[in-house]
Amino acid sequence: MVKLFRYLKNYKIESILGPLGKFLEAIFELIVPIVMANIIDIGIKNSDKPYIYRMCGVLVMLGVLGLAASLTAQYFAAKAAVGFGTELRNDLFRHINTFSHAEIDKIGSSTLVTRMTVDINTAQTGVNMLLRLFLRAPFIVIGAVIMALSISVKLTLIFLASIPLLCAVIWYVMHRTVPMYKKIQKKLDKTTLLTGENIAGVRVIRAFSRQNDEEKDFRMETEALQIMQVGAGKVSAVMSPLTYVIVNIATMLIIWCGGISVDHGGITQGEVIALVNYMTQILLSLIRLAELIQTLTKAQASSLRILEIFDKSSSLTDEGSKHITENAEAPAVEFRNVKFSYVSSERDSLDDINFTAARGETIGVIGGTGCGKSTLVNLIPRFYDVTGGEVLAGGVNVKDYPFEQLRAMVGIVPQKAVLFKGTIRENMQWRDKNAADEEIMKALDIAQALDFVSQKPKGLDYELEQGGRNLSGGQKQRLTIARALVGNPEILILDDSASALDLATDAALRKAIAQKTEGMTVFIVSQRVSSIRNADKIIVLDDGRMAGIGTHEELFDNCEVYKEICMSQLTAEEAKKNG
Amino acid sequence: MAKLPVKQQGSASAVKPLLRYLKPYRKELTAALVLAVINVAATLYAPILTGHAVDLIIAPGKVDFAGLKPLLVKFAVTIVIVALSQYAMTLCTNKTAFSAVKDLRNDAFANLNRLPLRYIDSHPKGDIISRLISDIEQISDGLIMGFAQLFTGVVTIVGTLGFMLSINVKITLIVVVLTPISLFAARYIANNTFKFFKQQSQVRGELTAFVEEMTGNQKTVKAFAHEDEAEEGFGEVNQRLSDVSVSAIFFSSMTNPVTRFINGLVYAAVGIVGAISVIGGHFSVGMLSCFLTYANQYTKPFNEISGVITELQGALACAKRVFELIDEPQEIPDAEDAHVLTEVDGTMHAENVYFSYDPKVPLIEEFNLDVKPGQRIAIVGPTGCGKTTFINLLMRFYDADKGSISVSGLPIKSCTRDSLRSVYGMVLQDTWLKTGTIRENISYARPDAEFKDVEAAAKAAYCDGFIRRLENGYDTVITEDGGTLSAGQKQLLCIARVMLALPPMLILDEATSSIDTRTEILIQKTFNKMMEGRTSFIIAHRLSTIKEADCILVMNAGHIVEQGTHGELMAKEGFYAKLYNSQFES
Repeated sequence: MVKLFRYLKNYKIESILGPLGKFLEAIFELIVPIVMANIIDIGIKNSDKPYIYRMCGVLVMLGVLGLAASLTAQYFAAKAAVGFGTELRNDLFRHINTFSHAEIDKIGSSTLVTRMTVDINTAQTGVNMLLRLFLRAPFIVIGAVIMALSISVKLTLIFLASIPLLCAVIWYVMHRTVPMYKKIQKKLDKTTLLTGENIAGVRVIRAFSRQNDEEKDFRMETEALQIMQVGAGKVSAVMSPLTYVIVNIATMLIIWCGGISVDHGGITQGEVIALVNYMTQILLSLIRLAELIQTLTKAQASSLRILEIFDKSSSLTDEGSKHITENAEAPAVEFRNVKFSYVSSERDSLDDINFTAARGETIGVIGGTGCGKSTLVNLIPRFYDVTGGEVLAGGVNVKDYPFEQLRAMVGIVPQKAVLFKGTIRENMQWRDKNAADEEIMKALDIAQALDFVSQKPKGLDYELEQGGRNLSGGQKQRLTIARALVGNPEILILDDSASALDLATDAALRKAIAQKTEGMTVFIVSQRVSSIRNADKIIVLDDGRMAGIGTHEELFDNCEVYKEICMSQLTAEEAKKNG
Repeated sequence: MAKLPVKQQGSASAVKPLLRYLKPYRKELTAALVLAVINVAATLYAPILTGHAVDLIIAPGKVDFAGLKPLLVKFAVTIVIVALSQYAMTLCTNKTAFSAVKDLRNDAFANLNRLPLRYIDSHPKGDIISRLISDIEQISDGLIMGFAQLFTGVVTIVGTLGFMLSINVKITLIVVVLTPISLFAARYIANNTFKFFKQQSQVRGELTAFVEEMTGNQKTVKAFAHEDEAEEGFGEVNQRLSDVSVSAIFFSSMTNPVTRFINGLVYAAVGIVGAISVIGGHFSVGMLSCFLTYANQYTKPFNEISGVITELQGALACAKRVFELIDEPQEIPDAEDAHVLTEVDGTMHAENVYFSYDPKVPLIEEFNLDVKPGQRIAIVGPTGCGKTTFINLLMRFYDADKGSISVSGLPIKSCTRDSLRSVYGMVLQDTWLKTGTIRENISYARPDAEFKDVEAAAKAAYCDGFIRRLENGYDTVITEDGGTLSAGQKQLLCIARVMLALPPMLILDEATSSIDTRTEILIQKTFNKMMEGRTSFIIAHRLSTIKEADCILVMNAGHIVEQGTHGELMAKEGFYAKLYNSQFES
């Protein structure tokens, strides 16, 4: 957690004022028993009423000062902690944004979301508590001991003996329960998982009539959870009574030994009361400390999870902001001996890929499940770096482009249709912030989306919900296609992006792309032969290697794999038929 | 406060059912309450003893050690009583809280398994989960623990007043007069805190949604080099959160200092009046010290109570949400004399079926179909035409609004749901796998299946190969939602699951959409062999998959528009032919 403290850098003053206020408050509070002792020993003994009034005035003053100090402390602590959280959040968000696809695959986006939200909140609460309360307990404990010393050195020994005992009790309970609570949290996560699974799989569970078994599993989890909770409760229930016993035994000793001291003329009656009060103050502040340690333990765990993300850095380096001029003569895309493997798997996902795509050409990519089709096109906008060979766009290695420039050249339609909260127009302007309505309409037209968009209540101003929930699958897919077309990219990649479209729409879409996107190099990844059979070149992939490249006719005659794919989808007659 | 009553009334309705869940633990609960009274009484008695003790320690030579001894013994006994009663009380409340919550959760889950699909389909998954997990957790933390705290607090206040009155009426009155200040302050702070917290949680929700959207779809953000805009948008929401958070945290942290201050005032007031009374001789120093201790503790329970009440209100609202789920009407139970389908002949008959999810938007109307044993029925049509709805009706995930569907001559409404569903083997496009081993997943329909059968099913579904390549083969644990498996592999596992069950009828809803066509053909062959003589329903986008069906139903807008074999429909040159030919256009 200490490592994250650099985010308090801009809140140095607040971070000091917070504990300082607490320190002052503790001092004011510690003076109170002394004042009361004086009231008893001087005011009452001498029947000095004005003295009593004066001293009570002092008590009220101390209260006011304490309140002021404390409110100052709370305010600055809140300010520092929130500032900490805000800057940390911004920084983490920025950091996550530098990750390439490889890191996202490895870490998983759902856990990134949790760390951005829940973990940072927990860390923020931890910092707040730390600034506000953590120092209060030591202040009070040390202060109380010093005050006790000023009254009687001998009796302070009782304090010095009981404090380590109290600390030992608190430490023991924390030490035992913290791992238990961690396990409980895990169990609770398991019940959450089971619940979620049951909702998602409701059809399958009912189809196989497994409700009772699912219930049994769930009961087992909750039963285990309850046993663990009761077990942890048993241990932590010891803390409060035990500390109470220790403090009160100390009180008994103070009264007895204090009695002896008073008898010998050592201390006064009022001072015995003051000592008892100091003992009580120590008890109260240590109990607060124990609660606090729980919060801090959680904050510590969250901090580690946040730091874990900071420790990961992007495996891709951006070559800076220098604009690269491409070679107008060179082909739009060229793969030279490209090899690629994902970090997690040893086997090469792609091996020995060679081809060129001239400007304006349409390239089809086809092959079985998991043969590397998507991987291949993901290398063009440099979502991943190749592990061997090179990928060139416009005659320049994609590694030499600044990310911004490269991704402005490429329009990609991913498999999963993802849209964002906002109007249709805002979603369409992702590639080009300043795209005019006219241009957006054109893109929508090509993507076969113009009809349904114009039927929406406000057309381009129609508000999409998060993830585009208020559209059908096919509509979403068409919008993601249009989004990639806005700004006229040099290279368009359609990664199996027509899967939710019916055949007629799919065909119309391909026709429009062919006719209305002059000069655009188009990659179409598909499992359907019909989607790619008219491409200028078809790349056939088989288990990460190129099984062939050429036109439909060439491949049908010469490439066994391609022929098999065709035959599995079309009749021989259809396959030969020219489109 | 003016707005609260309605809500309170609403939440209060959760009290009664909650008591039902506490009933089995009423012994523990009663014990906890009795122990609380004992604990409070002993805790409050201790300062009186120390007070008396102090009175025996007056000045040099004036210390009564003989009187001190029995007092300290009494004090020791009191300490032990306090400690033991507190420990026992905590155990009892823990037991009550955790057990009641367990029961609550089990019941909620059990009901979830019996709810109509309509409920589950129309409620966000996250909402149901949070009812079952965090809302119930809130009941345990806030309601049951809160109730214990509230009870202790009230007993403490009453007890303190009683003890104080028994010592000195005048000083007690001063304390009582000062009490309302504490209440007003607590109320003021609580109201402000509530207001800012509400704002905070709203902005925090916005932030979470933003992060979920952007970070959850990081790949798209990267693909469009949208990072800067995303950071800008994030910074804006983050700043707003920051502003409101400072106020929320500050106000919520005011409670303790303010209470301490009011405590200080009470303390000073007791000091003055007490000290003057001592001088006047009506009061002893020891009792003054005892009163001071009370004054110190007195406002604390008020403070806690006001905190607890806010929490109780929140917890009651949670309880209401939980009971909404528990009391949600279940599927109409099977009739007692319902048929248990065992042997089916493979016929299916739909007559004049009407169905819609939303009464205002008619979907399936006047649906008629006659399926003969062993027929392969394919259903095609554009998105939203009612294909999947038809499956929902066949499996009785939903019941038809009008008309009847029968299987093997029996209306399905007169059969038990379990037996009806076990007649069909179903593979859906949306692959669902359970967290567990591959083997457990394949044998989901037949948990007692032998390994060789599991293996055979996997081989038939062409997934034996990749399963064996996994680290632990069939014992590999797949994590949430299939984890690292590809969509195609998940689909193959779902197919293996059905292969093992070997049901008399089959429903394939886009079952092979993520599998490449060559593997699909192989699987198709297995299906054909397996389904020989069995009736099957197939929904698919790929027309190649359905060409060989005995009967193709072409659906559009909830109606069957065409019906026949591939050849017949092509000859007709209608809707189907247009659909089919469109795949060759460029």
